[in-house]
Amino acid sequence: MANSTVREIGNEPKSSKMNLLQAINSGLDIAMASDQRVICLGEDIGHFGGVFRATSNLQKKYGNQRCFNTPITEQGIVGFAIGLAAQGSMPVAEIQFADYIFPAFDQIVNEAAKFRYRSGGEFNCGGLTIRTPYGGGIDGGLYHSQSPEAYFCHTPGLKVVIPSNACQAKGLLLAAIRDPDPVIFFEPKAIYRASVGQVPEGDYEIPLGVAEVVQQGTDITLLAWGAQMIQLMKAAELAAVEGISCEIIDLRSLLPWDRDCVVQSVRKTGRLLISHEAPLTGGYAGEIAASIQEHCFLSLEAPISRVTGLDTPFPLIYEKHYLPDHLKIFEAIIATRNY
Amino acid sequence: MKIAPNVSPVKRVPNFEDGSSLRIPSLKILNQDGSVVAGAPLPDMSRAQATKIYSDMLYIRLLDERMQSAQRQGRLSFYMTCTGEEASVAGTIAAFGAQDMVMAQYREHLVLRYRGFTTAQFMNQLFGNLDDLGKGRQMPVHYGSRELNIMTISSPLATQIPQAAGYAYGQKLKGKDACTLCYFGEGAASEGDFHAGLNMAAVHKTPVVFVVRNNGYAISTPCSEQFATDGIAPRGLGYGIKTIRVDGNDILAVYAASVEARRIAIQEQRPVLIETISYRLGAHSTSDDPSGYRNKEEEQIWRDKDPIQRMKNWMIAQRWWDETSDSDLQKSYRTEILAELKLAEQRDKPPLGDLITDVYKSVPSRLLEQFQALEAHIAKYPDHYSV
Repeated sequence: MANSTVREIGNEPKSSKMNLLQAINSGLDIAMASDQRVICLGEDIGHFGGVFRATSNLQKKYGNQRCFNTPITEQGIVGFAIGLAAQGSMPVAEIQFADYIFPAFDQIVNEAAKFRYRSGGEFNCGGLTIRTPYGGGIDGGLYHSQSPEAYFCHTPGLKVVIPSNACQAKGLLLAAIRDPDPVIFFEPKAIYRASVGQVPEGDYEIPLGVAEVVQQGTDITLLAWGAQMIQLMKAAELAAVEGISCEIIDLRSLLPWDRDCVVQSVRKTGRLLISHEAPLTGGYAGEIAASIQEHCFLSLEAPISRVTGLDTPFPLIYEKHYLPDHLKIFEAIIATRNY
Repeated sequence: MKIAPNVSPVKRVPNFEDGSSLRIPSLKILNQDGSVVAGAPLPDMSRAQATKIYSDMLYIRLLDERMQSAQRQGRLSFYMTCTGEEASVAGTIAAFGAQDMVMAQYREHLVLRYRGFTTAQFMNQLFGNLDDLGKGRQMPVHYGSRELNIMTISSPLATQIPQAAGYAYGQKLKGKDACTLCYFGEGAASEGDFHAGLNMAAVHKTPVVFVVRNNGYAISTPCSEQFATDGIAPRGLGYGIKTIRVDGNDILAVYAASVEARRIAIQEQRPVLIETISYRLGAHSTSDDPSGYRNKEEEQIWRDKDPIQRMKNWMIAQRWWDETSDSDLQKSYRTEILAELKLAEQRDKPPLGDLITDVYKSVPSRLLEQFQALEAHIAKYPDHYSV
């Protein structure tokens, strides 16, 4: 937690052990307590506390006018939340799985993202935050595993954030809720309970658009976000045994993304590897790679490596083979070093 | 531009319609004790057909019990039961022909059983093995069979509703004596696709029968938080669709409504909506625990309305069935289910190559490159990736 980019609000040094879900619940609790305008809505999020329990006890604490179940209609949930935000509230809408966000695609891409621009700044829905669990690792097959971040990163007007651990989740969520622009907040559900760490009990924000260098190194820069950070860390350990020093960056915000941080790192290491679960073609690694070769062309010692899912729908039985795991990343590190 | 003639009657006082004068009754033929409701005509159902329907309901109840336990034992990743709603599915599918297309949600596996899906086929899908028609790609209970005219299940809710309208339009264009039977739940009826699908079916007069299983809950969300009316049936009327509401635990009521629904769809070439009122006696899925949002007393009220018990009572009253036949049948189903479960879980996985087929009609060259790289990687770490 000793991160200079974390802005503590008030002087609350107390922290406790939380998993990622508890950290999100704590973040929502603080957001609702500190601002009456924060309203949580989504399928099963009320009394039940959501299918993953991220909203446990919020209805009990803040009443069913500020935390409520919606009918099963993603376009309805997001459209409703956009209206709420336009009226001055700060809605936090939950889409039960990122795989089910697509009925709301029009509301997000054509409405939320363009609300301010098209009205010349007369209106905005900047109070909007959409939370949604994403990613594989739970035997979820095609429709409970996808990583759709790239679709949304292709849409000016949105911000896209993905935390990789409990402490980040809470600080980034609080920043997202209070951010003046609409934010999609993807939660790595595979590590909802597995990711446990010390999390400040009080109010704090981690600024959007700022990456975190989680390990300094000299030979290659490894870049990822969300649950994929675990694979990077494991691969870096294997690489260390081979005498390769990896610098590891957790991007945290995808839109906007911290290009300066990555450029600075790649100018030092001369090599870059980017990993995400989503398919290769059109994945967000492509955008990062293009920018980095523009800015670091003369520093690069090897082509930028992308270790990603295959260009197929997300499978079930062969999920393990499909996912870009630590071994695939390790092999790509070696190949990049030997180029 | 064609302008529809305004045929509304005229009034002079601005009082609003609130729908309260419209009370849609529920068709009921069988009492819980198996007696027939006074004055209700019985649908034409032979002993052989009644026995098949009853047997299939019983089979699905036992399959669900067994597979739910298998999931609890960790042998299966996930499962969903139809418990409590068997009559809503059996009574509808029984009124349709093998040529009719079925596009279902995910709690209607009884349609597969009714059309001859074998125990081995159920198990192969549930375990995603070599013989799974879906090639191990989808979560358990996402069945489908071209041979049986049952479209493969998709997890996203309500997507099959506009598709069913389109499928039925295709059947109409080809002049087929066939229609489409489309199932979904009352929660799915909140999705935009429901509204789009019903409207298009009505406008284009397609032979599709929509069956909405109103089972009281969408995961934890009760009907009262899903819609402000008394159910889904009024929406059918709103779209200009002939609509009926039935007691979903009453096999004869569901069957009688479904026979008439198919007749309307085929003869009048227009859509129909059936709302079956029932109750999801089990959890939403094995990932859910209803004790967090409803009580045992409420569940007991519906346990007492068990659709299988109700049909059994009627069958016994007809002298078409007895307790000995019942326990014999249960025993033989249990044995078969357990035996096939054991076989299916030991069958090999599908070949690794199935990972990249069917994305397109033929495998793109770039994907093939990715697969070859994957094979080379696996060859380097064979112990890490079991095939």
